[in-house]
Amino acid sequence: MNARRPLTGIAALSVAALVLAACGGGDDTTDTDAGAGATDAGAEATDAGAEATDAAAGGGDFAEGTTMAELAEAGSIRVGTKFDQPLFGLANLEGTPEGFDVEIAKIIAGELGIDEGSIEWVETPSAIREEVIETDQVDMVVATYTINDERRERITFAGPYYEAGQTLMVRAGEESEITGPEALSDESIRVCSVEGSTPSENIREYLASDDQLTLFSTYQECVDSLDNNQVDVVTTDNVILLGFVSQSDGAYAIAGETFTEEPYGVGIEKGDVEFCEFINETLAAAEEAGTYVEAWNATAGAIEGSEEPTLPEPDPCS
Amino acid sequence: MSVLVDNIDLFWEGFLRSLEIIVFALVGSLVLGTVLAMMRVSPAPPLQRFGSLYVALVRNSPLTVMLFFTAFVLPALGFNAEFFWLGVLGLSLYTAGFVCEAIRSGINAVPAGQAEAARSIGLTFGQSLGQVIMPQAFRSVVPPLGSVIIAMQKNSAILGVFGVGGDLLSVGNRLISAQGFAVSVVFLGVWVGYLAITLPTGALLGLLERKVAIVR
Repeated sequence: MNARRPLTGIAALSVAALVLAACGGGDDTTDTDAGAGATDAGAEATDAGAEATDAAAGGGDFAEGTTMAELAEAGSIRVGTKFDQPLFGLANLEGTPEGFDVEIAKIIAGELGIDEGSIEWVETPSAIREEVIETDQVDMVVATYTINDERRERITFAGPYYEAGQTLMVRAGEESEITGPEALSDESIRVCSVEGSTPSENIREYLASDDQLTLFSTYQECVDSLDNNQVDVVTTDNVILLGFVSQSDGAYAIAGETFTEEPYGVGIEKGDVEFCEFINETLAAAEEAGTYVEAWNATAGAIEGSEEPTLPEPDPCS
Repeated sequence: MSVLVDNIDLFWEGFLRSLEIIVFALVGSLVLGTVLAMMRVSPAPPLQRFGSLYVALVRNSPLTVMLFFTAFVLPALGFNAEFFWLGVLGLSLYTAGFVCEAIRSGINAVPAGQAEAARSIGLTFGQSLGQVIMPQAFRSVVPPLGSVIIAMQKNSAILGVFGVGGDLLSVGNRLISAQGFAVSVVFLGVWVGYLAITLPTGALLGLLERKVAIVR
């Protein structure tokens, strides 16, 4: 029997199936209304208008055809955020996320006249943040989302709304030996971070070899490994590490100073300059009114050693 | 598609890393699985029981639980090793249960008369297994063992979640989320990488099967 022909047939079929699956990715999400709701906001607006009696702005404040007008009219917004990032976006027992990112999203939604009950939270792990924006599964992503040029090619960033900095966490007592990223050129020091995160890419240039780097999907696994002596250093943004240090009863310590600047931005559809500018104005107004600092103090600001932020200068919208 | 061309060296490194995991886990699981199969067909009840218990526990546990055990529980108990070796250990322990059953099915395919004949001419258990039963069993072992080996190659993709860095799937995740490339294209590359391991394996096993087939 000639086995070659059927195989190529099968391969071709699988490729076709894969491509189809990739294209239709949005269809098989559990969230069918999210997929449908965005495109025909106009058709649903009548129901939404009836429901959103308590919405302050009825969409009349915004220019016709803008994202803001659509969202305000619909009276609801879909926000992508992390569900597993303490202090920024961590789902509580009811499954509602809490944290600084979540508060920022609420401030933006509030400016559109959408109360927090009408926000639909969509879990967006690091790996799929561009994807959910491109495929219109969310209206914006607020998820410790570091602004960088590669990502800018696919989406537009509003903000930044916060400037984080990468640093190192070690077992208490070892901060005298490991004083900063330069110490990691010693090949015997093992470093842990999260797969696909910006810090995990930044740290590579300080390492003598890639074998020193262990990557997990969550920081908690890194912390467990630090406990088990499987790694010596956990690296990510300072506030996240401060959260772990504060919960550890003195088992861990921060080593050295921050050595990068990680501006967190709000991800929106590429080219939506009006929405981007609206978000920047909203953030500036929130800082003016004090709600920005309140949001910080209610979340990440509760951690010992965290510094009250000032709103960074916004990047130009493009 | 340019992401695949531009990062071909990363994919290549990931491919080699995955291959490395697979080769070590193959050796580990074949050795351990063969020992387990011997235990299960041996005339000593304690050995039989140990083998049966091992297979029952391992075959009915999810692989992720096994890998979690080797990557997090063993170090917590003071058994420290590189995550790479902990991962290979977990995959080997898991696959060994299936290898054992595949080999045992081959042994069971040898007519009982063969074993009785071997015993009756005065061969010990070891001799009858090594010289009479195993050479015949090996022929019917190839297809089921082949399935187990290919399943193990695909299972190796999960090791990246347990601290083993740099394998194909980790490379894919890195390109997607840190560097922002499109998921579908990157995973096409990852998929092709795994096919480049599994398809040749299947072809080799097919050859081997034809070579050792019993002409009836």
